[in-house]
Amino acid sequence: MTTSRDWPLYEVFIRARGGLDHKHVGSIHAVDARMAMEHARDVYTRRQEGVSIWVVRSSEIVASDPAEADAFFEPARDKVYRHPTFYDIPDEVKTL
Amino acid sequence: MSAAHGRTSHCVYVLRLADSNLVLAQRLGELIGHAPALEEDLGLANTALDLLGQARLLLTHAGKLEGRGRSEDDLAFLREEGEFLNATLVEQPNGDFGDTLARQFLFDAWQVELYERLAASGDPQLAAIAAKALKESRYHLRFSANWVVRLGDGTAESHERVQASLERLWPHTVELFDADAIDREMLAAGIGADLTAVRAGWQRRVDDTLAEATLARPADRPWRWYGKRGQHGEHLGRLLSQMQALHRAHPGARW
Repeated sequence: MTTSRDWPLYEVFIRARGGLDHKHVGSIHAVDARMAMEHARDVYTRRQEGVSIWVVRSSEIVASDPAEADAFFEPARDKVYRHPTFYDIPDEVKTL
Repeated sequence: MSAAHGRTSHCVYVLRLADSNLVLAQRLGELIGHAPALEEDLGLANTALDLLGQARLLLTHAGKLEGRGRSEDDLAFLREEGEFLNATLVEQPNGDFGDTLARQFLFDAWQVELYERLAASGDPQLAAIAAKALKESRYHLRFSANWVVRLGDGTAESHERVQASLERLWPHTVELFDADAIDREMLAAGIGADLTAVRAGWQRRVDDTLAEATLARPADRPWRWYGKRGQHGEHLGRLLSQMQALHRAHPGARW
C-alpha cells in the first residue's frame, strides 16, 4: 500500500503579509501540486501565518554542496567594503 | 411536533443547522491522530474546528431564540439523543477514508449552497454567521471534492470503495432538501433558504465532481431518514455519550 512516505516532498514558502518576501517554513508530502497547496495551507497557515503560499518540489531545488562551502563563501568574508553600511535607511522603509 | 419541545420554528431551524455542525465536528474529531497521513490529519482537524466554531455561534443564537437562558454548552451537552436535530448524514461512522470524505463532500456541497442563501437571511445574526462560515465551507468543499476525484479516479479498489460509500450515504441526503413545515415557514418569513434551489445547486456540484471522479450518482431509494425531526439511527447515541461524558460528570467544567 502506498503511504505518505512514498509521496514526493514539497518545500513550502509563505508570505507573511504584503510587502514581505516568501520565506521557507518547512516541507510537506503530497502527490501533486494541488494537494501540496492544500497541505501547505492546512499545516502552515493555521495561525494566520500568511497571505500567500508557494510550493516547490524539493527535487527541483538545486542546493550548494556543503563540501564546497569554503570555496563558495570564504572569499567574501574579508571584503567588508562590499557591505552598503554607509547609507542611512529612511524611517519609512520597514522591511529592508 | 415532538422534537420542537415548545420552541419556535425559528429556534428549531437554527438548532438543526447547529446540530449538524456539532455532530460532524465530533465525528471528524475522532480521526485526530488516526488519519492516513499527518497532512490529512491536520486538514480534517482544521475542518472539525471550523465546524465546531460554526456550531458554537449557531447554538448560542438558538439559545437566545429559545429564551430559556440556555448557553451553547447547555444545548450541546445536556440534551438527549431524541432532542438532537442534525441530519443523519453527519452521524454516520467515519468508516474508511472514502466513507469519511464522501460524507464530507456531500455535506460540504450542501452547506455551501445553503450558506450562500442564508447570507441574505432576514435574520441578521444568522446572515452574519452564514457569511462568515461560507468562506470556511468553500475551503472544506475544495478539499473534500478533490479527494472524491482522487479516490474515484484513482485505483480500481479506491474507485469501488468510494462508490460503495456514496451508495451507503445517499439515502441520508434526502432530508437535506425535503422541506417540512418549519422549512416552509422560515422560507416564507424570509429567514430560511429555498431548499428547491439549494438542491438544484447541490445536484450540479455533485454531478460535476462525480463526473470528474468517474463515479456514478446513486439511484434515489424510497428509504428516508429524518434526523431533523429527532429520528436517528443507531450511531448517534454512542457519539453523544462520548461527547457529553465529561460535561455530565463535571457539570460546568471549563478549561
